[in-house]
Amino acid sequence: MNHLLTMENLDRGTLESLLDEADDFAEVLTRPIPKVPALRGKTVATMFFEPSTRTRMSFEKAAKALSADTVSFSPGTSALSKGESLKDTVLTVRAMGVDLMIVRHQATGAPWRIAEWLDIPIINGGDGAHQHPTQALLDCLTIRQRFGSLDGLTIAIVGDVKHSRVARSDIFAMTALGAKVILVGPSTLLPLDPEAWPVTVTSNLDEVLDAVDVVYLLRVQTERGGASVFPSLAEYAVKYGMNTERLARLRPDAVVMHPGPMNRGVEIGYDVADDDRSLVLQQVTNGIAVRMAVLFRLIGGEQDA
Amino acid sequence: MHDLVLVGGSVLTDAGLRTTDVAVTDGRVTAIGRELGESREIVECSGAWVGPGFVDLHTHLRDPGHEWREDIGSGSAAAAAGGYTALVAMPNTDPPIDAGHLALRISDEARRVGKVAVVSAGCLTMGRGGERMAHLDDLWSAGVRLFTDDGDSLQNVAVLRSVMEYVAQLGGVVSQHALDADLSGAGFMHEGSVSSRLGIYGIPRQADDIVIARDIAIMRMTGVRYHVQHLSTAGGVALVAAAKAEGLPITAEVTPHHLMFDHTAVMSTDSNFKMMPPLREESDREALVEGLRSGVIDAVATDHAPQSAVEKDVPFEHALNGVIGLEWAASVVNGVVSLDQDVFFDRMSITPAAIAGFTDHGRAVAVGAEANLVVFDPNVRWTPTSTRSRSRNAPYLGRELTGRVEVTILGGAITYGGEL
Amino acid sequence: MRQVMSETELGRVTRRIAHEIVERNHGTENIVLVGILTRGKPFAERIAKVLSEIEGRPVLPGSLDIGMYRDDLDTRPKTRIGPTNIPESIDGRTVILADDVLFTGRTIRAALDALTDLGRPGAVQLAVVVDRGHRQLPIRADFVGKNIPTAAAERVSVRFEEIDGADGVWIDAGVEE
Repeated sequence: MNHLLTMENLDRGTLESLLDEADDFAEVLTRPIPKVPALRGKTVATMFFEPSTRTRMSFEKAAKALSADTVSFSPGTSALSKGESLKDTVLTVRAMGVDLMIVRHQATGAPWRIAEWLDIPIINGGDGAHQHPTQALLDCLTIRQRFGSLDGLTIAIVGDVKHSRVARSDIFAMTALGAKVILVGPSTLLPLDPEAWPVTVTSNLDEVLDAVDVVYLLRVQTERGGASVFPSLAEYAVKYGMNTERLARLRPDAVVMHPGPMNRGVEIGYDVADDDRSLVLQQVTNGIAVRMAVLFRLIGGEQDA
Repeated sequence: MHDLVLVGGSVLTDAGLRTTDVAVTDGRVTAIGRELGESREIVECSGAWVGPGFVDLHTHLRDPGHEWREDIGSGSAAAAAGGYTALVAMPNTDPPIDAGHLALRISDEARRVGKVAVVSAGCLTMGRGGERMAHLDDLWSAGVRLFTDDGDSLQNVAVLRSVMEYVAQLGGVVSQHALDADLSGAGFMHEGSVSSRLGIYGIPRQADDIVIARDIAIMRMTGVRYHVQHLSTAGGVALVAAAKAEGLPITAEVTPHHLMFDHTAVMSTDSNFKMMPPLREESDREALVEGLRSGVIDAVATDHAPQSAVEKDVPFEHALNGVIGLEWAASVVNGVVSLDQDVFFDRMSITPAAIAGFTDHGRAVAVGAEANLVVFDPNVRWTPTSTRSRSRNAPYLGRELTGRVEVTILGGAITYGGEL
Repeated sequence: MRQVMSETELGRVTRRIAHEIVERNHGTENIVLVGILTRGKPFAERIAKVLSEIEGRPVLPGSLDIGMYRDDLDTRPKTRIGPTNIPESIDGRTVILADDVLFTGRTIRAALDALTDLGRPGAVQLAVVVDRGHRQLPIRADFVGKNIPTAAAERVSVRFEEIDGADGVWIDAGVEE
């Protein structure tokens, strides 16, 4: 593995070994000093061309728990606002002696371009509405910790799949690990070619509630591509929101997940986010372990030939 | 003593295809036949096709205003290398070509360069703003015959109707970059399985088709000659076919890249596959190939659109639209569509010249005619690695093509190949 | 490959080391026994069993993964990190590190670093089955099962039933790594 750019081409063995290692690193995070010197002397750059405090913090925490140095880039305070090109920006940061870059960019494929331009491993920290591979890994780790395996589980991904990089990564990772994925939402928020994805689709959340092990809620935004895609937040909440009534209709062991940031009262009920069956905070914690595993895989120890 | 003799090629003459020699002296074809006698220069053409130099209906020379991408000098060199002897320059320059003196400067500068004859297209509206009629009479007087706001579609139907009526009365052609602005919206590529996989906003085929259908309706009101630029959809081909069957004076063009590629090329997110209209699906590509073969599509037009590395070496969604193609258009068409020689020259030269109103270009080789010729070897396989354009935004570099321009002759002078 | 310590001998030195630990530390109240992964773990477990028998109170052995602390991470094949699991706080206690072979001392150096990230022991002592010499760092063992002089190229393998299917120590004439 030279980069982590997408979940599309990762086989089950690779995914499982990454999750196994993430479990090991989760243990490190419980130690009195939750830190190991595995990446001492390495420098990791977080290049977030699109603002995201949470994901950046998670990557930085992961890098520091491995004793790597971190440098960070954000467009607001950089030469990018003075007209520097993306290519010059990343070449400049690379020249500072960076060993790995984590890239978040609003344009699909930007991490691939950067991987072509540079000679160091690149982690896709989210590109456009395309891919967000570490999110998929942390989601799968969280589900695996709860259920032991994803094999045979049924996972409903609810909401704006069409514009979601989280969903695009989760679909591939979850199905590769043996889960069945159902996409739930109005047709304006679902992929236009569901037959091309390893999923089934429905616009009726209530009809799948008692069949699923995991309800994975996506963040809602009302305007997309200049066209309105559903009538109102209130109507969305009625039809697709995970409220306490719907929570009660889930199987007793079913869980609720959300990649954050949440719109409480829209896609997730006010109380549902805090329910015992919400794994939202565990997802956040697991994000660090997963990112440690990916960092260690890419620049820790002897590299794969 | 002739200036130049082309020996042994398959020549598209006014009397049909003949394997023969062509003599050129003082800029004109002076003899066709064997054993034509002594010449200062001889070009061996056996195995190659000889015919009228190619004519492009759709070149972005980027001059004036965007010379970091291309200028009349570099664009002319690329055109000559692609076998072109005449082209229509698109008017989306800075300033846009909405008045006669701007168009004249371009023709004059191209004449001074001396590699390809250029006539600028004129804007439909002032500044390509889509509202006020451009200086159509002034442009017409400057030799402009084709009018377009290319780069954008003229969205306001009332303005379009008025412009169409005016151009009809002049005898010109209204040419439209057919794309509905609302439906194409935030899109960067064809809306389909690839855009869905990549999470990139798509542009449905209907964004093209509804504008073509609308414009055909306005054609019927105005009787104007109407030319559809860069068809990309099977639906567009069908609309043009139906309008032709109805007897409307409609013509259409297709680009080399739409003949060669489909949207699956965009999976790489390589910005050299980003253009407008976007690469669509294999079924569309097949309809375009078939349309060109049958004649529903009248002409190949390059939509040669230079963009600098600064504008292309960026993530796909941030890249400017367009690819260059003058140097490889004939090779792509030959390799992908494999037309017979006479049909090939019809689509590459004769019909586009007729649409654009070039009288000295796009004519079968005839004694007495101006010597605007090309020698094209349809069988040689080669891989282009460089370009004469100022920009390198070409999806063809490094890709094997079939057929190559060997010599281009403008007004009796070799502008590309030969002993140069 | 020749055997240099039998199953019986391995059992005997384990019991001896356990007694030495009790003697040196005046009992087991203040000690925390930690085996370095991989083969220090079964060694620690066996010492713990003997200590529990001697003192009549249970001694819970811990395990320590030092993979992330190695100074040669860049040149070694990647291995998974193992569980560090120490059942008691090490702060102020005497930590007995247990490992199979003491060689260059680098493993023990890494283990000391790893311990430092877990707390502040009052003292650290080292117990090994075999000391084969060739130290590269100023480190020595407090409790040694057997000193075996070796050539640098030789390989010493201490085996435990629960991992390797047999107990004992063998020396391989050695191939250059």
